[in-house]
Amino acid sequence: MISLNVNDQNFDIDADPDMPLLWAIRDLVGLTGTKYGCGVAQCGACVVHLNGEAVRSCITKVSRARGQKIRTIEGLSKNNDHPLQLAWNEVNVPQCGYCHSGQLMSAAVLLRENPNPSDADIDQAMAGNICRCGTYLRIRKAIHLAAELQKKGETKG
Amino acid sequence: MEEISRRHFIKSAGTAGFAIWLGLSAKGNPLMAMDIASANFSPYILIEASGKITIFNTKPEMGQGTLQSFPALIAEELEVSMDQVIIKQSNGEKAFGGGQSAGGSASIRTNYLPMRKVGAAAKEVLILAAAKIWGVDAAECYAENGTVIHRASKKMLPYGKLIEEASKIELPKNPKLKDPKDFKILGKTTKRQDIPLKTNGTAGFGIDVKVPGMLYAVVERSPVFGATLKSYDATAVLKIAGIKKVGPIERIVGKYKYTGIAIIGNSYWTVSQARKKLKVVWENNGHETFNTVDYENHLRKLAAEPGITGKNIGSVETMQISPENTFEAFYETPVVAHHPLEPMNCTAHVKGDKLEIWTSTQVASAMTGSGPNDLPKQVGFAPENVKLNNQFIGGGFGRRLYFDYIVEAVNVAKLVDVPVKLIWSREDTTTQGPFRPMTFSKLSAGFSTDGKLSTFQHKVISPSYFESMQANYDRTKVDTIMMEGIAEQAYEIPNLKTTYVRADLHIPVAAWRSVTSSTLAFAHEGFIDELAYKAKKDPMEFRLELLSKPSDTKKVLLKLKEVSNWEQKLPQGKGRGVAVWDFFAGLAGQIVEVSHHPDKTISIDKVIAVIDLGAVVNEDNVKNQVEGAIIMALGAATKPGITFKDGKTVEQNFYDNPMVRINEAPVVEVHILADGGKVKGVGEPGLPPFAPALANAIFAASGTRFRKMPFDLKTEG
Repeated sequence: MISLNVNDQNFDIDADPDMPLLWAIRDLVGLTGTKYGCGVAQCGACVVHLNGEAVRSCITKVSRARGQKIRTIEGLSKNNDHPLQLAWNEVNVPQCGYCHSGQLMSAAVLLRENPNPSDADIDQAMAGNICRCGTYLRIRKAIHLAAELQKKGETKG
Repeated sequence: MEEISRRHFIKSAGTAGFAIWLGLSAKGNPLMAMDIASANFSPYILIEASGKITIFNTKPEMGQGTLQSFPALIAEELEVSMDQVIIKQSNGEKAFGGGQSAGGSASIRTNYLPMRKVGAAAKEVLILAAAKIWGVDAAECYAENGTVIHRASKKMLPYGKLIEEASKIELPKNPKLKDPKDFKILGKTTKRQDIPLKTNGTAGFGIDVKVPGMLYAVVERSPVFGATLKSYDATAVLKIAGIKKVGPIERIVGKYKYTGIAIIGNSYWTVSQARKKLKVVWENNGHETFNTVDYENHLRKLAAEPGITGKNIGSVETMQISPENTFEAFYETPVVAHHPLEPMNCTAHVKGDKLEIWTSTQVASAMTGSGPNDLPKQVGFAPENVKLNNQFIGGGFGRRLYFDYIVEAVNVAKLVDVPVKLIWSREDTTTQGPFRPMTFSKLSAGFSTDGKLSTFQHKVISPSYFESMQANYDRTKVDTIMMEGIAEQAYEIPNLKTTYVRADLHIPVAAWRSVTSSTLAFAHEGFIDELAYKAKKDPMEFRLELLSKPSDTKKVLLKLKEVSNWEQKLPQGKGRGVAVWDFFAGLAGQIVEVSHHPDKTISIDKVIAVIDLGAVVNEDNVKNQVEGAIIMALGAATKPGITFKDGKTVEQNFYDNPMVRINEAPVVEVHILADGGKVKGVGEPGLPPFAPALANAIFAASGTRFRKMPFDLKTEG
């Protein structure tokens, strides 16, 4: 048995310790927002947060995540209202939508570390996430908007 | 047969109490019924006494936005807001007929008027019903927000309270459509209901399906195309805990049938690990020597063949053009994979003579159709015994027009008596095809003594799409798909000839977003540009001079000229390129602006796109589609394609078959023309003009002409 803490909830799963965290989250914990795209850390569809850091769950062994804090897209906010989620909706970013769980999880770390990213900062931070529909221009725009929303949220709070 | 599936559909629609269904007959006439089971039409609107209004969307959602745009056509005329209605996705039910597919940028362009007609007929009958109840003239009433209102008295009745009366009135055959100036939804930017689901992980794609008791499967296939199964040894696989079953299964793609070895077990991880222990011996049937280098040389040689004539306008052959006024060029494009980010997958459950599937497909109708190429026939089930649960599609781009992965999953599911989810790995998705084939183009043209472009010939040398699809393909005929658009451009050239030289290929080929226009536009519009320089003319003016008559192409070019400030000269080291392409899916043109740096690298400063639509449903969604098409075209133009060596696909995953990333995405500006003319497609037309516009811009900036895709964003000269 491996104990995982996903989105502040504990799960005891019967997994091979070598199983990638991706498949443990999807098939054993049952949260399917995290996506399989390439299996070799090339596309970023599987990005989750491990103790707050963005990791590629497709190449992270589930044993490495034992007892650590895992956050998936389902736990990014309670009401789909993280500044990035609000911005993604405002800018109509997704097309097919398959990559956007990973895009949002990568962007969330960027925005936490750099509350005012430039285009170049965004390009650097998001270059690990492939969007085959090509929504990159909107991703850039939405991250800028989310940065604005985040600032407003802080002044309000 | 039809009755059964109708009842099935109604059960899933689940009406409570009195309800009316409104839809279209096969001939396109609006019809209404209280009892859909006995109605002979495709229902698109369901209004219930409770006030609940349901609109059915028959176009699978793959990111193109039809979940919103298709119902919007109905909602506009019905006078309901998009928030007021429940949108239900059809699942290949017989009631909806054969049109439940998404491809060819066709959803809106072929349904713009029919769907509005359904909505308008429904609204008219509801207004008539209210007028009758109130004892007033229908002309004194109007509809708004799902209610009918009597103008003078301000009396109001919601649609749900009108349906019983409406059911007694004959439905107008030719309802009056709204004046576009009164549109509340169409042409505006409206929210897509799927977007919130795609920002919090709740959108369900095929790969996310969970069915109780389900097992997982992978399939080992021959890496060499055209190989057959000789033997396999699963002893080591079957010793692994969690493995339930191993066995040979068939996959069908077009005319090709392949045998693979399915491994079924209790998790995807288990079966993919077990796959490494499977021993398979394939009979390569002589295909193990096939490679791209030799095949491309073969295509170059074939260019000398006369080929089959497609269009022959004027008299290209007998024209006397002096050699110094004759020009030739040869263009080449690579094989590419579709690479939707969601790998191929399907969950299937065989229950005796019944089949249920959960997947993401562009062709829902084919899952329950009765044709020889539909799924039921291919896997041996009666069409009425097949139930589809179509999910959001994690990218289509043409790949999911083919359901070889579904055939395969059903055959896997036949090996066990529980549901099985088959997942292709990214490597499977990269290597197994079907692929967009390469096209090589031999072009020649001649100017008459007065300097006018007089002759133009475009010869396409390529494998055949139809030959890949049909075992009985007639090789004496031109493959029209492989010749797409090249005889239909609006340029007024008096002598035009197109020819086709078919090349044998044993690898399955497919339509890829914008189909063959994605390669032929590069050759055709690149060569037009070359001719402009030969004629010592500005490439925009050269094109416009070939367009003396009014045409949509001319309109697009004039708009591009205006919005790009074409006449304003660019500084040294910068260049602009233009291209335009008209084809079955629609019409768009682009201008690319590039910088040629001292280190010989090229950067794209800006892309300006004009798309001609006739009418717009969702403005911002159109822009999103065009932006995405340009990114996809940039990848196809500048990233390595798919190659073959020793009979196998060389590239495996995104590390050796790279996609465009955010740091490479250029600035894109989209302009939409919508002047009420012919309604054209949105999803594909943004793609074909990009590669030629980029190559033309690079030439303008650097003097280097690229005639072979992919090209590096770097020049040698």
